[in-house]
Amino acid sequence: MADPMRIRAALVGDKVDVKILMAHEMETGLRKDGEGNVVPARYIVNVSATCNERTVLSALWGASVAKNPFLAFRFTGAAKGDKLKVTWTDSDGDTRTDEVVIG
Amino acid sequence: MKSIYGCIRGLLLAACCVTLAWAQSSTEEAIAEYRAMFGDENPAELWQIRGEELWTTPRGPKNVALAGCDLGLGAGIVTGAYAQLPRWFEDTQRVQDLESRLVSCLTDLQGLDEAELLKSRFGDGAKKSDLEALTAYIVAASRGHTMSVSIAHPAAQAAYDLGHGVFYYRAGPHDFSCATCHGESGKRIRLQVLPKLLDPVGARYAYTSWPGYRVSQGELRTMEWRLQDCFRQQRLPQLRYGSEVAIGLTMFLAKNAEGGIMTAPNITR
Amino acid sequence: MNHERRTVLRQLSKVTGYALALLAGAWPRLGWSAEQRPAFTAETLEETLKALGASGSKESSEIEFKAPEIAENGAVVPVEVDSKLPGTRSIAIIVEKNPHLMSADFTFPEGTDPYVATRVKVAETSNLLAVVKTDAGVFHATRLVKVTLGGCGG
Repeated sequence: MADPMRIRAALVGDKVDVKILMAHEMETGLRKDGEGNVVPARYIVNVSATCNERTVLSALWGASVAKNPFLAFRFTGAAKGDKLKVTWTDSDGDTRTDEVVIG
Repeated sequence: MKSIYGCIRGLLLAACCVTLAWAQSSTEEAIAEYRAMFGDENPAELWQIRGEELWTTPRGPKNVALAGCDLGLGAGIVTGAYAQLPRWFEDTQRVQDLESRLVSCLTDLQGLDEAELLKSRFGDGAKKSDLEALTAYIVAASRGHTMSVSIAHPAAQAAYDLGHGVFYYRAGPHDFSCATCHGESGKRIRLQVLPKLLDPVGARYAYTSWPGYRVSQGELRTMEWRLQDCFRQQRLPQLRYGSEVAIGLTMFLAKNAEGGIMTAPNITR
Repeated sequence: MNHERRTVLRQLSKVTGYALALLAGAWPRLGWSAEQRPAFTAETLEETLKALGASGSKESSEIEFKAPEIAENGAVVPVEVDSKLPGTRSIAIIVEKNPHLMSADFTFPEGTDPYVATRVKVAETSNLLAVVKTDAGVFHATRLVKVTLGGCGG
């Protein structure tokens, strides 16, 4: 199972400032391991963030987003105490969802 | 004629050196800017989160959490512990650094197998290291704490002396010692400035910023990893994890860093 | 055996994915995997922009695109895009010298700032493009990122 994300969501003025770190290898399929075998490609292809049933960001990724990805964005229309849910899906179909309370 | 040519050549050379020096400093500025763009968003936090879970969740054949693990400040106390390590431990009758102490706790308290633990002492991609995650969590709990290591116990003093000796010991095909690179200020490998680990400024800078998330590897690396990689670079025999030499060197560096404020886990090249 | 089963399952889920996407009428905006999106497999800038629907893109100074002048390590290069263009719908990040140029494509629903920060891999010294789609057309900004060699890996 994939490791948890670290999500920070803070209300600054009327905007929610979101900063996410995800635990993922983001293998390009071009790298070789210690024994010289090609490590198969496996990377996050889809990211979405929802707040109060509303999508606030969606993204398509390729293999060239850096390992253990970082993502930051801002949105309006949420209050302190609301929940922000973030989901990623990788090219093997593995998925992880984490939730954080907006502070 | 000749002297005029010589003069012009000298001037050109001088101009060249100035340009190079300028290029060097503007490169350093650009790299500082690159590093600044990471801000405090450090993937080391992913290791800290996993480490905290490992610390608090009952695991191993004995199915216990690590609340009984004494890192020197009492059973289960994590805050500030790393800033006082390595230290002498009565129960094991050994001077231990954090990593070797964790191995003791995981084997003695949880009943985990030492050989198995050491197989994954350093993480590599999908193969995760529990020891690295636990280290990240525990070190982070010493952020802002002042380095204060005791060598009052004779064994701790002996560890310091051993580390001191190893630091200067020249060996291997290149006749290298730690001091070859880290015994003077102003040395560098390509763009990397090498800290002098003998004076407080350099030692504090280096010691308090480790462990770190290594951008070049996408992994969190601990002091045990740092030291074994220094040995590898010097073409010395493999440094054994948790060995007297590894702990001695750590003790020597930690003591030299006395008074420094812990900032690790950092984000490093 | 297991491997075969896995492959079959994966194929099945892909087929389902296509069907769902078609049903939802969302293809290719949502997409189910990067492989299925031509923009992510294109190997030249021209093809990538075409697949992205950004062929006639114009340079714009209204896109604040922050990328380091020199990256100490190409494996992790922080980038930040802040679009001041009205009606911004999406921001794509392209690395011209990468094997596959397209790195990421972010879509901003109503209420989300046209701003994103992330970190990308840059294989060698390269131009990076931030391509911004707006209600009034497609625009881009370019930054050159030099990738240096580090020290001895220590």
